[in-house]
Amino acid sequence: MKGSMTHRMKLDTANPPAQAARQKGSFASGLQLTTDHDLCPGCGEPVALRALLDAVETLGLAQRTIGVVGIGCYTALTSMIDLDLIQALHGRAPSLATGAKRMRPDALLFTLQGDGDMVNEGLQEVIHTAARGENVTCVLLNNGVFGETGGHMTATTVIGQRTKNTLEGRDAAYHGHPILIGDLLAGLGGTSYVARGSVHDAAGVAKTRKYFERAFESQMRGEGFSFVEVLTMCPTGWFVPTKEGPGYLDEVMGSVHVTGELKVGGVLKRD
Amino acid sequence: MSQVESRGTVVIAVDRCKGCELCIPACPPAVLSMSVDQNAIGFAYPELAPGCTGCGACLLVCPDFCFAVYGYDEPVLHEEEDTACAP
Repeated sequence: MKGSMTHRMKLDTANPPAQAARQKGSFASGLQLTTDHDLCPGCGEPVALRALLDAVETLGLAQRTIGVVGIGCYTALTSMIDLDLIQALHGRAPSLATGAKRMRPDALLFTLQGDGDMVNEGLQEVIHTAARGENVTCVLLNNGVFGETGGHMTATTVIGQRTKNTLEGRDAAYHGHPILIGDLLAGLGGTSYVARGSVHDAAGVAKTRKYFERAFESQMRGEGFSFVEVLTMCPTGWFVPTKEGPGYLDEVMGSVHVTGELKVGGVLKRD
Repeated sequence: MSQVESRGTVVIAVDRCKGCELCIPACPPAVLSMSVDQNAIGFAYPELAPGCTGCGACLLVCPDFCFAVYGYDEPVLHEEEDTACAP
């Protein structure tokens, strides 16, 4: 072997430290019933879910929160969520959230949907809910691939992105163009808060959590429709090694679905 | 011998790790590395070397909830041997 490698000492990480220390972060959110799930290695959805649950917990709204969950890989995470939940049909979560919010105006209503669920199967639901200015928060976990049903292209798959039926990369001439749903919703009059986060690195996760908090606060102030899109890794669907998922997400998807706050207090933040 | 300071540490639930390696580049002081051994479900898992700052970046990026993070009240010093394994 050429060169030298420092053999690094390995510390015991099986037990909490014996020295005086304070716990700065626990394994899971306080609103998680379990830490075990069957999603693939390197998936971004559990990361995004934790950011959402941490935001609900931070705001002290757990006892009045109702989630409406669409259908996708993330639906398998519902068994770990310690909140009241409604299971929607494909793409219909915003309408269920509308009904629940109108009956329970003091509740915090959020939907949890994937890009296939929200932007393909039920696109009209989220657009009408936003345009009506319903006082709910819709959450999109956007990875540009139908993860649960086999890994094919969705309406948010970016040009050049590989999926199971765009093996050479999405081609605009053949497959059309992606829908930038966050930008589209931000342009509607009924929306008060729109942000797009990404879980490709720790700073991105921390920002995403802050976006959730701001969206929920906006809803509790009764400002109208709020929307948080989160770009998540799907290394399985993209055919990339798990450790390359975050870089791929940031470079390929993040350059088209640009992260940041798009609308705050009903005012567009971008030109 | 050299001394390395740890301002924090982590507890790692190695048996639910799926070996995705997302924590390795996420760690600012670069004190996590993947094991040679496999855990109960057949994946390599992260191991901690001295120098953790307790920042919690690993916890934020881990999809499998494998990290709990602690900050020491007083920094802990580790005596680390600089053993070169090259011939």
